[in-house]
Amino acid sequence: MKSLLIKGGQIIDPAQGIDVSGSLLISEGKISWRGKGEEAPPQADYETLNAKGLIVCPGLIDLHCHLRQPGDEEKETIASGTSAAARGGFTTVCCMPNTNPPLDNQTAVEFIKSKAASEGVVRVLPIGCISKGRKGGTLAEMGELASAGVIAFSDDGEPASSSYLMRQALDYSRAFELPIIDHCEEKALTEGGQMNEGIISTKLGLRGIPSAAEEIIVARDLALAELTGGRLHIAHVSTEGSVDLIRRAKEKGIRVTAEATPHHLTLTEERVIGYDTNAKVNPPLRTKKDVKALIQGLKDNTIDIIATDHAPHTEADKLCEFDLAPFGISGFETALGSLMSLVHGGEISLATLIAKLTSEPARIIGNSYGGLGTLATGAPADITIFDPSLEWVVEPKDFASKGRNTPLAGERLKGRVMATIYEGKIVYKDDSIKVKES
Amino acid sequence: MRTNQKDNPTLQVKPEVPEKTPLWRHHHILDVDDFTAEEIETVFNTTRAMKEVLSRPIKRVPTLRGKTIVNLFYEPSTRTRLSFELAAKYLSADVVNLNASVSSVAKGESLVDTLGTLQALGTDIIVMRHPHSGAPYTATRYTEASIVNAGDGWHAHPTQALLDLYTIYEHKPSLKGLKAVIIGDIMHSRVARSNMWGLTTMGIEVTLCCPPTLLPIGLGEGHLPPVNIEPNIELALDKADIVMTLRLQRERQKSGLLPSIREYIQLYQLTEARLGRAKPDALVLHPGPVNEGVEISPAVAHGPQSVINEQVSNGVAVRMALLYLLSGSQKQ
Repeated sequence: MKSLLIKGGQIIDPAQGIDVSGSLLISEGKISWRGKGEEAPPQADYETLNAKGLIVCPGLIDLHCHLRQPGDEEKETIASGTSAAARGGFTTVCCMPNTNPPLDNQTAVEFIKSKAASEGVVRVLPIGCISKGRKGGTLAEMGELASAGVIAFSDDGEPASSSYLMRQALDYSRAFELPIIDHCEEKALTEGGQMNEGIISTKLGLRGIPSAAEEIIVARDLALAELTGGRLHIAHVSTEGSVDLIRRAKEKGIRVTAEATPHHLTLTEERVIGYDTNAKVNPPLRTKKDVKALIQGLKDNTIDIIATDHAPHTEADKLCEFDLAPFGISGFETALGSLMSLVHGGEISLATLIAKLTSEPARIIGNSYGGLGTLATGAPADITIFDPSLEWVVEPKDFASKGRNTPLAGERLKGRVMATIYEGKIVYKDDSIKVKES
Repeated sequence: MRTNQKDNPTLQVKPEVPEKTPLWRHHHILDVDDFTAEEIETVFNTTRAMKEVLSRPIKRVPTLRGKTIVNLFYEPSTRTRLSFELAAKYLSADVVNLNASVSSVAKGESLVDTLGTLQALGTDIIVMRHPHSGAPYTATRYTEASIVNAGDGWHAHPTQALLDLYTIYEHKPSLKGLKAVIIGDIMHSRVARSNMWGLTTMGIEVTLCCPPTLLPIGLGEGHLPPVNIEPNIELALDKADIVMTLRLQRERQKSGLLPSIREYIQLYQLTEARLGRAKPDALVLHPGPVNEGVEISPAVAHGPQSVINEQVSNGVAVRMALLYLLSGSQKQ
């Protein structure tokens, strides 16, 4: 494979603390050289991708997505999901085990890995179940799952309802140094719930999901993490109260990390007005106050990372009464564009945003995959190139994902992925990007 | 059996479909939260004309001749469906009743498919009752027909609110400044939600009275609609002009929102003694069907202050008025 020079972009790599104008050379699937400014590479034989005016950063990493395969291939497959990921600038995606059958055993994990190897466009790292069959009863064989290559354990979609199970999960997983990814939801308070509980749910006549339903489990599991010393990762934090709890836990030294999604960071419950089923998501879109708290959490590192919770559904799934629609937003292809609104709005710096999507999730995943989330020389050449100020309109019909379920249809976003490189190969590029022989 | 215009020489209601009623901008009746006071007055004036029609020996005008109205009911209903059916027939529309069911297996495809079918068959107005909040809003996206919400989940029941308002208006033409109390299961009541909007839009002061477990979150905290909350029924009823009671479903006790029906009766039943705290000419309303002896004592339900039967008869006239107004509207 010929070397590829990414020429003249703004290189931002939070892992190395770099924000410079320059070029990167990719050889044999790895980053082989970085030059400042107009500096030319040490070799002459390469193709050139002109990145002038564009941001060049490590390939984005998504710690939380649903690829739906096996079991719900009409919603998404590893092929379609990873294509969508590539379009969204993601080079590594971690898929949740709530498939059918669930990823609670080595064979299922091997299936994901082999599908990803044969049909995947970007790196797929599976997450294994906490409990056998995701049923919340007994622990899945975590040791076997760990040796099969899962990067974490989660019963996502369901909480570990039993405090006893969660205690054992946090304790047992310490042997493998892998985190428990926690879907925090006290089911007794969310039964039949459709959206955030508040004046809008009251007006719309929809059953509410109170913030307390999330915070109760966040508080419980922080206490269990403290008790066991296990690694806890709180998925899709959506409330101000959860941010406060996690902040205090971190101050106490509890081993906890946390994520927020692009939709919880940029949208509010008002999106549900008009009964848009594409704005139905779990946890639900909350209030302005919660959004503000999440952004503050990003800034002070209470919220370590941003993860999409990409949850594709078919059009027919969502084409119905609000109460009957499944929860979920198709998030890969709008993530960066919508998150850039936080940068353009002066809420967070571009370097912070990139860190939350690259070096920080890489830190949670660990080193088993050889330096993810960095542009350091010798690291896998996973690179995302984007235009921070290009405006575009979200057209779900153009998605690579089978899930067109986005509340952002028809909206103008500012910031667009122009090319995605995975292990040195261009896996997505915008039509305007040309690659030239030197 | 249709009558034509010649049978009704004194007809006050315009026999032809108007080009476009200038005051009437609604293509659908989904809730009263988007009605202005002037629009509610238009409904009152049109209802008055319809009541005149209903007082005739032959209660039929050709106003909606050639229009097709489908009563699409996903939930059982006797009085609302009957009221809409009669309203349509008195206006000479062709009316079809369709009792559908929501199965969790067929999901919403059935709703969207059904709307497609009704669209293809050339329906002008769909009167829709649905157990899920917002279903009529979803429906507007899949049909050109006007949608009239005949009750959706916990959300809204605009024609009930308008007939309640009209009934109050007949007794107390000056609505502004009146005091209304709504007592009962506010949480699960689409009637209460629509009435909060309708009453407050007309300048009526609204107090909600119920156990806190039956009060939906966020009301009375400075949000719209502006309502007061008073869980004590004696205090809530003080000097009230209008008292609305709501049906209490027995399931509310089963789902743990109430300790017992017995205690609910002790704390919240509208009795003659309690009604005595309201103004002597206070009106008692109930959207029906009444659970006599639970939310309201039989003596009050059938007493001199009760206008429950008037609500039923006004229901037909108000629905005639709304169907008439809609027939002149255009899809925006």
